[in-house]
Amino acid sequence: MSEHDHDHDDEGAHHPAPLSPVERRARALEELLAEKGLLAEGFVDSVVQAYERDIGPMNGARVVARAWTDAAYRQRLLADGTTAIAELGFGGPEGEHIVVVANTPSLHNVVVCTLCSCYPWPVLGLPPAWYKSPAYRARMVREPRVLLREMGLDLPADVELRVWDSSAEIRYFVLPERPPGTEAMGEEQLAALVTRDAMIGTARP
Amino acid sequence: MSWSVDPAVSAMQGVAAPPRRNGELVFEAPWQGRAFGMALAVVQKLGLDWSAFQQRLIAAIAAAPEAPYYESWVAALESLLLDHGVMTAEELRAALARNHI
Repeated sequence: MSEHDHDHDDEGAHHPAPLSPVERRARALEELLAEKGLLAEGFVDSVVQAYERDIGPMNGARVVARAWTDAAYRQRLLADGTTAIAELGFGGPEGEHIVVVANTPSLHNVVVCTLCSCYPWPVLGLPPAWYKSPAYRARMVREPRVLLREMGLDLPADVELRVWDSSAEIRYFVLPERPPGTEAMGEEQLAALVTRDAMIGTARP
Repeated sequence: MSWSVDPAVSAMQGVAAPPRRNGELVFEAPWQGRAFGMALAVVQKLGLDWSAFQQRLIAAIAAAPEAPYYESWVAALESLLLDHGVMTAEELRAALARNHI
């Protein structure tokens, strides 16, 4: 788009930066929705913020869904996380050495970074605030079962729990178990079931 | 007011997938983020399934494949609002006119 203003419409001439047609169109819709009481003040802002914060993990969800539906991919993923994740087009800084650890009926994995907040962000987006908190980092090592229970995941006593400490060298990523009753679902539907917390290991899908 | 992130939105793929960088949504201008948020708010307020919007988005992209993604998004939102009787064509015209369209 040109730096120069070729807008010959005098109506817009007094605005510091004339709005583009689509921008005016969006604004017209927003005005209408507000008039009709469909958009409370601040609502759109809060939706946008939440998505900017929470939508990152969808890359990881696609990796998990592929592993659930393609046994050969699952094998490659567990053998070399970074390379298998790159097959789906995800990679980049802070994703160089991703190790994928798989949950089984008798084993649950959970990830922490005791030192700081190392996190596989090409697949999980930016880490949530609690992941970086000193309480999570300390307690996930000292009393992981208690902490998981507080976070809403009550692990049966006979399920072994492994806590993985991520570092700048190795970033862990949990492959959750495919939930029962999802046999008929395709990859896209499955991906929608996978939450960020399930890939950190503080929840199950 | 409570609502939660709808996984169906994050799972959109193909032409309907919103632009991202390293998995994060990318809005090139604030209005794009507002258009995004409006569609989510409306779908939720009307109690619709996300696919109601997604299908219109795919249709809008197909109708104007060269248009920037969020222009198609706005077109899809307009058609959703009209089809569900949230606004009339008359009201839309008046609102656009107020904004010099």
